[in-house]
Amino acid sequence: MHRLEGLAKLTGAERYIDDEPMPAGCLWGMTVRSPVARGRIKGLRLDPAIDWRQFVVVDSRDIPGPNETYLIENDQPVLAPLGGESRHMHEAVALIAHVDREMVRRAVAAVTVEVDPLPAALDYRKPPAPDQLQRGPDNLLKQLLIAKGDVGAALAQADAVIVEGIYETGAQEHVYIENQGMMAWIEDGPAGDVLVVKGSMQCPYYVLNALRHALGRDESRVRVVQSATGGGFGGKEDYPSTLALHAALLALKACRPVKIIYDRGEDMAATTKRHPSRVCHRTAVSLDGKLLAQDIDVLLDGGAYVTLSPVVLSRGIIHAAGPYYCPNVRIVGRAVLTNHVPYGAFRGFGAPQTQFAMERHMDVIASRLDIDPIELRRRNLLRDGQTTSTGQIIKGGTNRIALLDRAVKTADVENKSQEHAAFNAAHPYLRRGVGVSAVLHGAGFTGNGEVYLKSRLDVQGLADGRVEVLAASTEMGQGTTTIFTQIAAEELGYDISEIAIAVPDTSRVPNSGPTVASRTAMVVGGLIRTACSELRQRLGLPPNTRGPEVKDAIISWHKNNLGEVLKAGAKYTPPPDVVWDEKTYKGDAYATFSYAACVAEVEVDLRTAAVRVTDFVTVNEIGRVLNPTLAAGQVQGGVVQAIGWALMEECRFKDGGMVNNQLTNYIIPTSDDVPPVRVEFMEGTGVKGVGELPMDGPAPAILNAVAAAIGLKAQPAEIPLLPEKLLPLITQEATA
Amino acid sequence: VSASDAIQVSFTLNGRSVTVEAPASERLLDTLRYRLGLTGTKEGCGEGECGACTVHMDGLPVNSCLVPTFQARGCRVETIEQVPAADLTPMLATGATQCGACTPGVVMTAWWIRQNPSALEGHSMRALMAGNLCRCTGYDGIMDGIHAWLRSTVSKEGR
Repeated sequence: MHRLEGLAKLTGAERYIDDEPMPAGCLWGMTVRSPVARGRIKGLRLDPAIDWRQFVVVDSRDIPGPNETYLIENDQPVLAPLGGESRHMHEAVALIAHVDREMVRRAVAAVTVEVDPLPAALDYRKPPAPDQLQRGPDNLLKQLLIAKGDVGAALAQADAVIVEGIYETGAQEHVYIENQGMMAWIEDGPAGDVLVVKGSMQCPYYVLNALRHALGRDESRVRVVQSATGGGFGGKEDYPSTLALHAALLALKACRPVKIIYDRGEDMAATTKRHPSRVCHRTAVSLDGKLLAQDIDVLLDGGAYVTLSPVVLSRGIIHAAGPYYCPNVRIVGRAVLTNHVPYGAFRGFGAPQTQFAMERHMDVIASRLDIDPIELRRRNLLRDGQTTSTGQIIKGGTNRIALLDRAVKTADVENKSQEHAAFNAAHPYLRRGVGVSAVLHGAGFTGNGEVYLKSRLDVQGLADGRVEVLAASTEMGQGTTTIFTQIAAEELGYDISEIAIAVPDTSRVPNSGPTVASRTAMVVGGLIRTACSELRQRLGLPPNTRGPEVKDAIISWHKNNLGEVLKAGAKYTPPPDVVWDEKTYKGDAYATFSYAACVAEVEVDLRTAAVRVTDFVTVNEIGRVLNPTLAAGQVQGGVVQAIGWALMEECRFKDGGMVNNQLTNYIIPTSDDVPPVRVEFMEGTGVKGVGELPMDGPAPAILNAVAAAIGLKAQPAEIPLLPEKLLPLITQEATA
Repeated sequence: VSASDAIQVSFTLNGRSVTVEAPASERLLDTLRYRLGLTGTKEGCGEGECGACTVHMDGLPVNSCLVPTFQARGCRVETIEQVPAADLTPMLATGATQCGACTPGVVMTAWWIRQNPSALEGHSMRALMAGNLCRCTGYDGIMDGIHAWLRSTVSKEGR
């Protein structure tokens, strides 16, 4: 089945928020931002050469409720408080609106934020100086611990080989092609005026809750509508709440509609990015390559506010030991505050960082023991019945060794390795190599997250017999609309044209949870099935009634109940055998995991230290593949995003602010930078997630391939592996 | 003439003559989107890197964010709205679009390749498409889609 809204996108007919017609009197809004990494804001100086009566200006004093962006800890202000502290460069301080966009630009440039700079914490790897403390005694945002077995005893074992490694990853910008944008206006409602916010977003109910909290409005007077969303990748998980509040504050003060559309520079400077990480491994292995103990320290740069860092850290540490069995594991995770734009959700949510370290470390171990890296993985990959670092017993029947072997076979690693050896011996400056990785990804929210979400979903039988799915889950390119239609049509025996998917509008759809964590097809898709059963029951139909019988029953119901609404709902119920203890971090961290094995082939130019990925194979086990084209597209897109993270994409900061905030010098892969991505699926049971899994494996596979290409004395351990980072390793190899 | 002074510009847009009054500094992208209501052309980066705003000017693909509207005076401009929908089904089947924000630009470059297939004699498809950034597909769906479009025979001239 083809993507349902695909033709509208191909013809340019799809309407994103900036394509919506401007309502009469609509103003353009823009943002005045902090010029320092950290400082006390004394006030705003408005250039007297401008007639400010023409403009609507909003600052922190205009916020009716608490100046807090509703999320985990509510520590991020909506606008940096006048008289209080601004915590990062480009933090929003004031908002300006005018009917003429050019006039707003000039007005923003005519505002000076008067600020007393304060000492900023900019390197997350260094302990903060006393005058850099902004949270507790150590700027710690969150600390978590996983403990299994006795790591200390295993590390002290006489016959164990100890292998250590330190691995670092950089910030990554999402670069969804549609920049963030939002519109806000006021409508009359039965219980007073209703604030309507419409825009590009992943999580309408996050936005709704943020508006209720900071504006002090109850749910009946706020409505949030998702417009067509041009990519998210996590970048539109929490930031749209901020943007919605900004548009709403201007609209409420102006009593007119307001539209804020970021340009690329503002979007890259002001919105969230992937957490930079440093992961230290200390591993005890037996001489035959069995993991005996893993001591892992995970450190994340959280940026200036808590935002989502605790949960990114949580997913990060749970994935830090990879898809391997090890009897003794200790993982300490810390996320620390620095004066950067808050780091946030980005495809993989901490797991790509920690699995980069784990999978690079596996090759370092293999090199130390002189064992083939593929064989080392085979010996340690989880078998069903074994336990993860949290003690979760792995089941489900996936043969992870077969998965790896299939990728190795498809990529023809054996022949390639021989060819590369001959090529490398003969060529004056090009070196080729292959590298592998094996990863897992927990599907859905971590631990009891899905229980707390209490997701709900409705289906509605329409008068003409069609069925409409009412959910807050958003389409952002990953295929929600198509997959939901497929699931509902399959469940009811309907043609796809007889299923409608409601626009996510909080006045119409129940809260089916955020569109994140690879949870939509699995968790919300399951709710569609339950709600369809419920609908049959309401109609008095036996279970498994399908097609025309359901349709006729809906049509007759409407004839007998003219003007009434025929709805059936579903609520999330956790699987009975999934038990998680969030105090001890023990138990079933996820209901199920997806798995992937990757093989990357690279060519390194020793003259320029440039790395090119020349082939990429990935075999994935994501349960039942609902739509092969969409699933392959998710994997290929994720792999290419990960190639960018591994080799090209570097956020450069000065005083905590991104200075290469433009696509001219923040380089993402083009079609000519990447090879075709060869994707295979190994059929599994049930429905799992596919969105994030492909982000986990490529970066370590590529660096493993680089290490194989240039010689194993130099072990690259940091991404992005830009030529200037690789060159010293090549030199070191040559002189070793 | 200063940057904010309005000037009058006439050009041929999707086969029809149009005349607009716009500030001398206005970008063709904004004229198309905000003055003429043709919102199929998207802004991605505003500096000619991503190709989302690709239109044809006198038969050549250009980044409309880098073209001041006055430069279109007397030119033939074609936008995504001019590409027949029936042509695009091969790209639908291969997964050439996901979020859709880059897609109109991708289609406009692909349309140019379709009209000028000899370009493929000296360049690979991947090289010809390198001016259109896509963050969703990893490009395989796009490559397969364009090849399928080139093979298809529906309305070769595209109008």
